[in-house]
Amino acid sequence: MEETPIPEIRVHPIRNGTVIDHITAGQALNVLNILNIPNPSSGVVSIIINAPSVHGIKDVVKIEGRELNVEEVDRISLIAPKATINIIRNFEVSGKTHVHIPEKVSGVVKCINPNCISNSNEPVTSRFTVKPDGRKITLRCSYCERTISEDIGNHLL
Amino acid sequence: MTFKDLHIISMKSFSRDMIDHILDTAEKLEPIASSKSKSDLLKGKVLAVMFFEPSTRTRMSFETAMMRLGGDVLSLGSVDASSIAKGETLADTIRVVEGYSNAIVLRHNKEGAAQLASEFSSVPIINAGDGAGHHPTQTFLDLYTIRRESHLDGLKIALAGDLKYGRTVHSLCYALSLYGAEITLVSPKELRMPAEIIDDLKSHNIKVRETDSIEEAISDVDVLYATRIQKERFPDPAEYRKVANSLQITPELLEKAKPELKVMHPLPRTNEIDPRVDGTGHACYFRQSFYGVPVRMALLALVMGALE
Ligand SMILES: [Zn+2]
Repeated sequence: MEETPIPEIRVHPIRNGTVIDHITAGQALNVLNILNIPNPSSGVVSIIINAPSVHGIKDVVKIEGRELNVEEVDRISLIAPKATINIIRNFEVSGKTHVHIPEKVSGVVKCINPNCISNSNEPVTSRFTVKPDGRKITLRCSYCERTISEDIGNHLL
Repeated sequence: MTFKDLHIISMKSFSRDMIDHILDTAEKLEPIASSKSKSDLLKGKVLAVMFFEPSTRTRMSFETAMMRLGGDVLSLGSVDASSIAKGETLADTIRVVEGYSNAIVLRHNKEGAAQLASEFSSVPIINAGDGAGHHPTQTFLDLYTIRRESHLDGLKIALAGDLKYGRTVHSLCYALSLYGAEITLVSPKELRMPAEIIDDLKSHNIKVRETDSIEEAISDVDVLYATRIQKERFPDPAEYRKVANSLQITPELLEKAKPELKVMHPLPRTNEIDPRVDGTGHACYFRQSFYGVPVRMALLALVMGALE
């Protein structure tokens, strides 16, 4: 049975804000988690999960009235390395960038090693070096050197 | 090349030139280590020795090294009796102890503890083992032993025993890869070297082969490095006995080896090496243990800036 074509935009366009497109399918809720959404001051947020695209399925998040900062975008890159960030001003895309994968992240992910010193009550934040590994990302703990490459979204702080 | 104030956390931060310099320095200090001459090189300096878990040999080896160079040792007493038991963080303890000392030797049960300590200390931290993590001074003394008793260049070495959990053999492999060694890994299938380490070695163009037969491995190597197999790794005691016996080094087995083969072991041993091997020219594990002293003397003198 042939599927009927699906219209590209399922949610109405936004006036000002950010559209995060090409999020790895299944990671939209983790993206919201990174952006601390919902909170009382967040504007209207629309989420599309498992949207078909030319490269298979993807998630999309649209946030009205908010432009993301560099640190937020860095964090998103860990769970959605193919994401694009579209800044919308007055219904127009005023900037489109791919997420940039940082070399190091700190205070973003919790080390998976229960015996790691960063998981005790020491006055330090977790710190990882980031290694892009083909389509995946590997994080290496700067303390115990244990790596995380699967389900990074499950270890967000 | 200056080592002054360098933290010694992991072998990965040492290049071959740096390692060679440390081994050369240890060789110069060896007469002092064996009490043939005296030294005041570290007179007036204090080494703080902080062992949050027991390791008597490593602790004594550091203390001997410091005393042989005329320095003083400040020991953290029993952990139970100290403020650590009251919940003080390692970061706080380090910030206090750095004020009392010129270097700190740290052994801790948590992985990454030495790295953390180095971030809070203005005096050099020497990692004496952090959980299942690094133990770089053990690797330096292993390399020193190989150089003194055999040769590092063009070395053919067999590593036998628990290659899965023993992070010190992992660091040793990494260091040997800087010297182009040929490595044979001998272990039961339960305790094989992790695949990522083998991949790492191969990417350094190191010849690596794996076998579970020590007889097969022993005939053409210069060094046989045995490691302890822990009973706890085997749920079935019968299985443990089978593995332990199949990897035991005996005089009969050594008849198949080159006459110049050296047997190493980071003591204490259980039954990996038959005591009848002790009297043969192959045994060098007790000297290996002694070599920890000149190696640690070299590291202390270098990081405290007493030697270049
Ligand atoms: Zn860690």
